[in-house]
Amino acid sequence: MATQASRTASRLMLSPAVVLLFLWMIVPLGMTVYFSFLRFNLLMPGTEEFTGFENYLYFFTDPAFWPALVNTLTLVLGVLVITVLGGVGLAVLLDQPMWGQGIVRILVIAPFLVMPSVSALVWKNMLMNPVNGLFAAAARGLGLEPFDFFAEAPLASIITIVAWQWLPFATLILLTALQSLDREQMEAAEMDGAGPFWRFLHLTVPHLMRAITVVVLIQTIFLLSVFAEILVTTNGGPGTASTTLTFLVYMQSMLQFDVGLGSAGGIVAVILANIVAIFLMRMIGKNLET
Amino acid sequence: MAREVSTGRKAVVTAIAWGIGLLIFFPILWTVLTSFKTEGEAINPHPSFLFFDWTLENYHTVNERSDYLGHFWNSVVIALGSTLLGLLIAIPAAWSMAFVPGKRTKDLLMWMLSTKMMPAVGVLVPIYLLARDTGLLDSKTGLVIVLTLVNLPIIVWMLYTYFKEIPGEILEAARMDGASLGAEILYVLTPMAVPGIASTLLLNVILAWNESFWTLNLTAANSAPLTAFIASYSSPEGLFYAKLSAASTMAIAPILILGWFSQKQLVRGLTFGAVK
Amino acid sequence: MTVTVRALMGASLLLVATGAASAQTTITVATVNNGDMIRMQRLMPDFNAKHPDIKVNWVTLEENVLRQRVTTDIASKGGQYDVLTIGNYEVPIWAKQNWLLPLDNLGADYDQADLLPQVAQSLTVNGKLYAVPFYAESSMLMYRADLLEKAGLKMPENPDWDFITEAAAKMTDKAAGVYGICLRGKAGWGENMAFLTSMNNSMGGAWFDMKWKPQFDGPEWKKTLETYLKLMSSYGPPGASSNGFNENLALFQTGKCGMWIDATVAASFLSDPKESKVADKLGFAPAPTRAGGQNHGNWLWSWNLAIPASSAKADAAKTFVAWATSPAYAKLVAEKEGIANVPPGTRTSLYQNEAYLKAAPFAPMTLKAIQSADTQHPSEKEVPYTGGQFVAIPEFQAIGTSVGQQFSAALAGKANADQALAASQALTSREMTRAGYPK
Repeated sequence: MATQASRTASRLMLSPAVVLLFLWMIVPLGMTVYFSFLRFNLLMPGTEEFTGFENYLYFFTDPAFWPALVNTLTLVLGVLVITVLGGVGLAVLLDQPMWGQGIVRILVIAPFLVMPSVSALVWKNMLMNPVNGLFAAAARGLGLEPFDFFAEAPLASIITIVAWQWLPFATLILLTALQSLDREQMEAAEMDGAGPFWRFLHLTVPHLMRAITVVVLIQTIFLLSVFAEILVTTNGGPGTASTTLTFLVYMQSMLQFDVGLGSAGGIVAVILANIVAIFLMRMIGKNLET
Repeated sequence: MAREVSTGRKAVVTAIAWGIGLLIFFPILWTVLTSFKTEGEAINPHPSFLFFDWTLENYHTVNERSDYLGHFWNSVVIALGSTLLGLLIAIPAAWSMAFVPGKRTKDLLMWMLSTKMMPAVGVLVPIYLLARDTGLLDSKTGLVIVLTLVNLPIIVWMLYTYFKEIPGEILEAARMDGASLGAEILYVLTPMAVPGIASTLLLNVILAWNESFWTLNLTAANSAPLTAFIASYSSPEGLFYAKLSAASTMAIAPILILGWFSQKQLVRGLTFGAVK
Repeated sequence: MTVTVRALMGASLLLVATGAASAQTTITVATVNNGDMIRMQRLMPDFNAKHPDIKVNWVTLEENVLRQRVTTDIASKGGQYDVLTIGNYEVPIWAKQNWLLPLDNLGADYDQADLLPQVAQSLTVNGKLYAVPFYAESSMLMYRADLLEKAGLKMPENPDWDFITEAAAKMTDKAAGVYGICLRGKAGWGENMAFLTSMNNSMGGAWFDMKWKPQFDGPEWKKTLETYLKLMSSYGPPGASSNGFNENLALFQTGKCGMWIDATVAASFLSDPKESKVADKLGFAPAPTRAGGQNHGNWLWSWNLAIPASSAKADAAKTFVAWATSPAYAKLVAEKEGIANVPPGTRTSLYQNEAYLKAAPFAPMTLKAIQSADTQHPSEKEVPYTGGQFVAIPEFQAIGTSVGQQFSAALAGKANADQALAASQALTSREMTRAGYPK
C-alpha cells in the first residue's frame, strides 16, 4: 500500500521522537550504570573509585530491600484493585439516569486535577492527623478513640490517598466505555430472562475489559514512581512499613547522597519496572489489538 | 436512551451519586473552607463546617509573602511549553506509526512507554550534572525540555490511538487526487485529528502542571513554578494549616477550573482514545 | 501556534528586561520557611534602601526540600545560590570540603565577639567562622505550671528523668484529653532522633565509641529507649509516632500536653496568646538529666547563613549576610515587629537587654540551655565526633533517619525496645562499614 517515498517520509517523521527518547533514556541510564559501579558520594568528593558490584551487593542486602519490594507491589496492586473495582461501580452508577449528572461528574473528576504533593499534605494534616485532623474530630464526636492512620496502617493510608487521586481516571475511562455498550444486546438478554447480575457479568464486564486494560497499564506506569505521597506522609515508616523501592532509592541518593548506591538502586528499579512492563504487555497487550 | 425509568428510582440513584460525588470532592472542599479560617480555628478540636468567622487573612499573607503571579506564570509557560513542544515532536511520529505501521510499531510504542518507568530519584544526579553543564539549571527552557521528554511517551501513545481511528481510505483518496504529503496532513488529516490533539494537549498540560519532582529539583529563584510555591508553605515551625490551605487553593484552582470547563475534551483525553 | 509565538516573544522581552537591569548585582538566597526568615523577607525594604545596588531573590522552601536542594547544588557545584540557610550540622562538614567561604571581617559594626561562644564554636572549623547564626536554640522542658501545681508537685531546679516520669503520671488525665508528656516520635534524624540522641547523651550514652563502633547494644541506649517508650505509651498522646516538632507544638498550644521537652524556640510560640491557649500557664526548666547527672543532652541547633565558596557574587552576598545577622538587624526587628520577635540565641547583648528579658519570660532559660550545650563533647564518654543532638558526620542524615524509623516503629508498637535496638545496631554497623569507618 504505502509507497517507498511515504515509508521514507514516515521514518523521517518518526525519528525525532525516537531519537530524543532514546537519548533521554540512554544518557542518564548510561551515566547511572557507570555511577553504579563507582564508590561515589557527593558529600565526599575525590574518593571516587571503581568498586565492581559492591553497590549492588549493598543494595540487595539492605534490610529494607525486601520489604520495599513487597510494599511497592502492594501499593500498585492495592491502588489498582480499589480504582478498578471502585471505578466500575462508580461508572455503572453514573451511567444511570439521574438529575445533575454533569455536576456529579465534575465532583468526581476533581481529585485527578490536584497536585500529588497538595493532596498528600491535605490528607495528612487536615484529614488523617490523629489530633487535629477532621477524622479524629469525627471519631471523638462519636465517642471513639481517634485512629492513628500513619502509625497503625501506614501503607493502607498511602494506598487510600493514591487511590483517591486515581479513582477519577478509572471511573471516567470506564464510564466512556460503558456508554458505548450495545443497549439492544442488553435488552435482548433481558427479554430472554437474564437477571441484572448475569447481564453485568456476561455482557458488561467483557465489554469493559479493554478499558480496564488501559487503566491498568497507564496507572501502573505512574504508580511505580509514587514518591511525593510517601515523603510527605510517613517518610517510609514506621520502620520500613511504607518504604517502596522508589523511596529506598531516594533515601540512598538524596539523604545519604551516596550516588553509587542510589544509582545501583535506580538500575535495579528500572529492571524491575521493565519486568513488570513486559509482564503487563504480555498479559494485556492482546487486549489492545484492534 | 430508550429505557423507561421510574422517578423514584431516578431519585434514589441521584441521591447516591451525589452523596458519593460529594464524598470524593470533600477533601478539596475542606481545604478551600480551611483557607478561610484563622490558624487557631483551623485546628479547632470541634471543627465547624460553615459557621466560623470567615477571613481573607491567609490569602493576604500568602500574597504578601510570595510572588504568586510569578510562580503561576512559570507554571503556565512550563506546562504549555512542554506540551506544545511535545506535540510538535509527537504528531509526526504518531502519524507515521498510525498510517505507515511497520512490524515493530507495537514494540516501539511499548518501549517508549517503558522509558516512563525509570524512577526519577535514581537519575536526578546525572540529570542535574547535565543541566549544570548546559547552563539549564533554574531555567524554564531546561524544565520545558525535561518535561517534554518525561511526557512524550504518553503524548505519542495518545495521539497514535486517536490517529488510528481515522480511516485510512480517506488518505488513500486524497493521495489519488494527487495531494502532496504536506497537503495531505494539512487539509485532510489535521481537521480530523484536532479533537484528539486538543484532548492530548489538555491532559498533558495537567500532567505537567502537577509534576513536582523535576520542577522542584531543577529550579531556584527564576523559574520555580507553583509546586515550589507549595513547598514554601508546608510544615514550617508553628501553625500552618490555614495558610497551607490558602496556598493549596491558589495552586490548584487554575487547573481545576480549566479541567472543569473543558470537561468533554478532558474525558476524551483521559480515555487515551483507546476506548470506543 | 500563536500562543508559542507570543510565549517566545514574552520570553525574549524578559531577557531584554533582565539585561537592562544588570547594573545591579542580583543574589539568590535560599532559606527555610520558618517565622523568623519570613520576617526577614518582610524587612527587606530596609536592606534595599541601604544597598540599592543589590537585588535579592528569595527561594523559600520547607526544611527537607531546602536541605535536599541546597546539598545537591553545592555538592555538584551547581552554583544556583549565593547565600544558603543551613544548620550547624552541615557547616563543619561542608567547611572541611572547602565548600564554604570563611566569614571574617563582616564590617566594623558587626561585633563578632558578641556572638554566643557556644553557637559560634559550632560554626568554627580550624579557627575560622564558616557561617553566621541567624537564630539558635537548645532544648528545655516546657510545662504547664497550673497542672503541675494541681498534681501537687514542685519543679526542681534540675529535673531528672525519674521526676519527669512521676510528674507525667500525675498530670495525665486522659478523660479530659490531657497527656502528661509530649515528645517527638516522627522518624527522622532531625525529628525523633534529635530528641532521643540528646536524651541518650543525658543518660551518659553515646552513638559511637572511639573506634566508631555503634553503641546501641550498650546499657545507656536501652535505658533511654525503655524510659522513652514507657513515658510515651503510658502518658503520651495518641499517634505519637507521627508527631514532630509542629504536631507537638499544636498539641501543647491547645492544652493537651502537661510537659514537652523540645527546642527552646517553641517557648515563643507557646507564649503568644494569639496562637496559644496556655500562654499564661507556662513554666520552663532545663532539659532533664539522669538522676545525679550533669548532662542536659547538649542540644544545640542554629540556622545559619553561609556563602558557597563558588559564589561569583561573594561581596554582595557578604553584605547581605552581615545585614541579616548584625546587631542593627536585631534593632530593626525590635522597632518594626516588637522586641520579643528578635531572632533568639545568637548574641550575648540580647540577653543583657532589659526590654527583651521583660518581653520574653523564657529568655533566661533559653540562654542557660544554650550555654550548657557543649558541642565539642556531646557525650560524657570519650567520642570521636562532635555534635549534640546529632553526630556531625555526613552519614548521619541517612543513618539517623533509618534508626529513627526503628524507634518510631517501636513507639507505634510494631517492635519492642530490644528488637529496635538490635536492628539499629545492625544497620548502623553496616552503614559505617560501607562508609569506610574507622577512618
